[in-house]
Amino acid sequence: MNTPAIETFNLTRRFGDIVAVDNINIQVNNGELFGLLGPNGAGKTTLINMLSTMVTPSNGSAKVWGADITKNSSLVRKNIGMVFQGTTLDDKLTGKENLDLHGRLYGLPKQLRKQRIADVLELVELDDKADVIVKTYSGGMMRRLEIARGLMHHPKVLFLDEPTLGLDPQTRNHIWDYIRQLNKEKNVTIMLTTHYMEEADHLCNRIAIIDFGQVKALDTPENLKNALGGDVIILSVETRKLASRLLDLYNRNGSAGSVQQKDSSIYITIKDGAGQIPHVLKIASDAGINVLSVDLHRPTLDDVFLSYTGRAIREEETSSVDRIAHNLQARRH
Amino acid sequence: MANQVSSLSENIVIALNTVYTMWLREMLRFRRSKSRIIGSLATPLFFLVILGTAFNSSFEMRGGGQTNIDFLAPGIIGMAILFSSLIGGVSIIWDREFGFLKEILIAPVPRFFVALGKALGGVTTAMIQGTLIMLIAFVIGVEYQSYIGMAASVGVMLLIGLGFIGLGIALASQIESHEGFQLIMTFITMPVLLLSGAFFRIGDLPSWLKTLVYLDPLTYGIMALRYTLMGETEIPIHICIAVLFLFAAATIGLGGYMFQKAKT
Ligand SMILES: Nc1ncnc2c1ncn2[C@@H]1O[C@H](COP(=O)(O)OP(=O)(O)OP(=O)(O)O)[C@@H](O)[C@H]1O
Ligand SMILES: [Mg+2]
Repeated sequence: MNTPAIETFNLTRRFGDIVAVDNINIQVNNGELFGLLGPNGAGKTTLINMLSTMVTPSNGSAKVWGADITKNSSLVRKNIGMVFQGTTLDDKLTGKENLDLHGRLYGLPKQLRKQRIADVLELVELDDKADVIVKTYSGGMMRRLEIARGLMHHPKVLFLDEPTLGLDPQTRNHIWDYIRQLNKEKNVTIMLTTHYMEEADHLCNRIAIIDFGQVKALDTPENLKNALGGDVIILSVETRKLASRLLDLYNRNGSAGSVQQKDSSIYITIKDGAGQIPHVLKIASDAGINVLSVDLHRPTLDDVFLSYTGRAIREEETSSVDRIAHNLQARRH
Repeated sequence: MANQVSSLSENIVIALNTVYTMWLREMLRFRRSKSRIIGSLATPLFFLVILGTAFNSSFEMRGGGQTNIDFLAPGIIGMAILFSSLIGGVSIIWDREFGFLKEILIAPVPRFFVALGKALGGVTTAMIQGTLIMLIAFVIGVEYQSYIGMAASVGVMLLIGLGFIGLGIALASQIESHEGFQLIMTFITMPVLLLSGAFFRIGDLPSWLKTLVYLDPLTYGIMALRYTLMGETEIPIHICIAVLFLFAAATIGLGGYMFQKAKT
């Protein structure tokens, strides 16, 4: 198939005054493992729910595996698998019964159903729990069962909404391996949402950074990091106030690179970071600002996120304040 | 495109398969909830034994050698069907709350038949409960007119159950919280039950109340059960069956329609 697996055209969704998804245009290639990265409330779930026909767009359109999500939603549903953000298992039934009902809903004949149930249970290593009521599963086991269920009917495109949210690192690694394997060996096109940087970085071929419903950047993790240019220097000082003062002084000194503040630290993205450290330290000491620590590293996705959105992804508090401001602004228009 | 133009027979297979799958799910859940089954039998049986005995000693029913417990039995069975089927339909609210509704709505199957399968599953549950109450009542001394009548009663239970489960599905498709469920139970179940002639004869009522009783679909269910089980009725049986049939068709149609528009 030469056409993209997923293609959106000015896809938009509003909830009252809130624009949850704002004119998004993206293309996901056949066989790609594509990530949507963004903080809480960025619009990831809304976007993925529109693509899976569960939410109707307010504006714009999209095609999944060649079929229009509103005009031909039943064809879209035939071609996709979905793992929702919250659990959607029937917890009064056993793991096997949940899979069996799924197989029936997707029209798998008896023998094939049996085969697929055995296959996916083995894949997520839940064979020994197959006949146990789901209510007694751990969170990680439920997540694995849901992933198993989502691909039991061999979808062309698989949507995973926060597949590893709240799981311990071991289970997370396990699920990552599994997602990779699916993508490589079964050639399933996968779109996943996450707000874990490592997940986006290690797993995805390409990432779209989403904030306030808009795509802020879209590229491979490598390119996104390289595009920042050079290294990142982090200077920690005693207070937030001192940090803003230092940032101010740094800019006024006409120094190179881009600089951003987060709490009582400033982040300077610059070529030859090591060579720049003395310069920065001199600015600080001239102003009598006590520097607590200096750190130098290659840019991570965290830095990429900070540079595109002006804040770190885990700053939930600031982000909700920003959000309120943003929504108030939206209301005024 | 070949997969867009699917033949009629293919669609029928998909529809039947969907109905069966949803029915199967209800059965699997029913099998797991033994305590719920026992609990759902206890309430009607308390009503039957305590009310039946109390009515017997406090006043005499007019006409015939029939005891009050015999008069009450069809009403109590109807009550059990009403509760069980309404709850069966309204359980969509729980499916929504626990997320399973999304798994159903995203499946490539027609939603109308999802609702129909859910209805048939719930009705099967209700019929099993109604039949058990009918048999337990028999064991504790209620006298039915015939075995054929008892068998026919199961068919009446089906019609009553379909009517109210359709209503439950229609309401649950609109209501998003389980506070809504409490409202349904208070403002639908109780009036429908109390106005139905489950506990009294219609002939003795003042005319304003009689009008309300005739507007209550459950009245026709109770009368039909009283006819099949006891051989007496205050409304001709063919009218009862016709009303029950129309009520079931209307609410199942409405329920299926509303479910198609249901929000996740
Ligand atoms: N059904 C709804 N009704 C009203 N507002 C909604 C609804 N669903 C989402 N929103 C709003 O749309 C915005 C985007 O929400 P969405 O769930 O898509 O974010 P997200 O990126 O998935 O966040 P998270 O990381 O927390 O899952 C938020 O402001 C949210 O409050
Ligand atoms: Mg989300």
